Amino acid sequence: MSAYPGQDGLRNPLKVARGDGASGTGTRHWWLQRVTAVALVPLSIWFVFLIGGLMHATYPVVLASIAQPVHAIFLIILSVCLFWHGALGLQVIIEDYVHTRWIEVTLQIALRFGAILGAVACVMAVLSVWLTGTGYY
Amino acid sequence: MAEFTLPQMSKVKKGKHYAAKPGAKKVRTFRVYRWDPDVGGNPRLDSYEVDVTGSAMVLDVLLKIKNEIDPTLTLRRSCREGVCGSCAMNIDGENTLACTKGLDELPAGDVSVYPLPHMPVVKDLVPDLTHFYAQYASIKPWLQTQSSPGAHERLQSPEDRKKLDGLYECILCACCSTACPSYWWNPDRFLGPAILLQAYRWIVDSRDEATGERLDHLDDPFRLYRCHTIMNCTNTCPKGLNPAKAIAGIKQMLVNRTV
Repeated sequence: MSAYPGQDGLRNPLKVARGDGASGTGTRHWWLQRVTAVALVPLSIWFVFLIGGLMHATYPVVLASIAQPVHAIFLIILSVCLFWHGALGLQVIIEDYVHTRWIEVTLQIALRFGAILGAVACVMAVLSVWLTGTGYY
Repeated sequence: MAEFTLPQMSKVKKGKHYAAKPGAKKVRTFRVYRWDPDVGGNPRLDSYEVDVTGSAMVLDVLLKIKNEIDPTLTLRRSCREGVCGSCAMNIDGENTLACTKGLDELPAGDVSVYPLPHMPVVKDLVPDLTHFYAQYASIKPWLQTQSSPGAHERLQSPEDRKKLDGLYECILCACCSTACPSYWWNPDRFLGPAILLQAYRWIVDSRDEATGERLDHLDDPFRLYRCHTIMNCTNTCPKGLNPAKAIAGIKQMLVNRTV
């Protein structure tokens, strides 16, 4: 926690409480977190059934299943929603608990790159299976 | 980083023990947080064996300790009937008003009494609420209008008046805000449940014409969106109010004008 507000003898407590003002952001984050959460409910259930159906399948059968357009599209949407939702959530955790400014900013940047990396990697993997049918370019 | 252990100077040490007076009929032990800025050092936990005969509320017992056992015990109290909010403190792990917390409501055994959590302590059970009050002032808790005053009062339909029920009753005792983990971690920027409930009280007031500015003032990841609907506020409110619902109302209005 930063120096506790209201303890400065010279500044008026109201000056401290008003701070730098409202940033005018936050609502879109809150909304997107809920939208991605709602999207993940049916997608996750579908994913469990997909994996369940492929439990004892051979490798070519699994590839063929992923290469089905409907499966491939849903897997791509699932990947994007998952990493997006995860990044939104982790962002909040960092804002809540990390108060050393440079660590906070570093983590926020790393989180965004990490989430984009993960999502792109998943999408590329699905695309490669879908478009080549083998998983290799 | 967030501190997950108490700072060295905040660790509570064992304090004095005051045994029950001979002839005491119904003895109950109260373990009370004590810290004196004039003495300094670590806070301590004094235990008082009190004859609670004739005492109904926790405040009665605390005043009995102050009057009959240890006059140095410091606490705030005023109305002794749950309308002023002065005697808000943490009793048996729950933020509440000492004056409305009946001894019969507490589980058997020793009763622990601490000041409101995560606030700077002025002395013993008295927390420093300066910043809390400044945050209240920052939301401009008064009627704001653009239109010029008419020939009569600004009227309100009974339906619109009903929207203030569950909000106007808040006495700003700070039980909810100091029970909120989000407020513990970010009190400098998060407004906390009490202040957000008060903000909502003016946002939904049909006579107020600064609704947009009030929402602008709250549209911030820290001022408002530190609330993660943990619900400690609603659970602990000694007046039975629902700050979490008021905060949800603010978020809903912000989303409605954004999406």
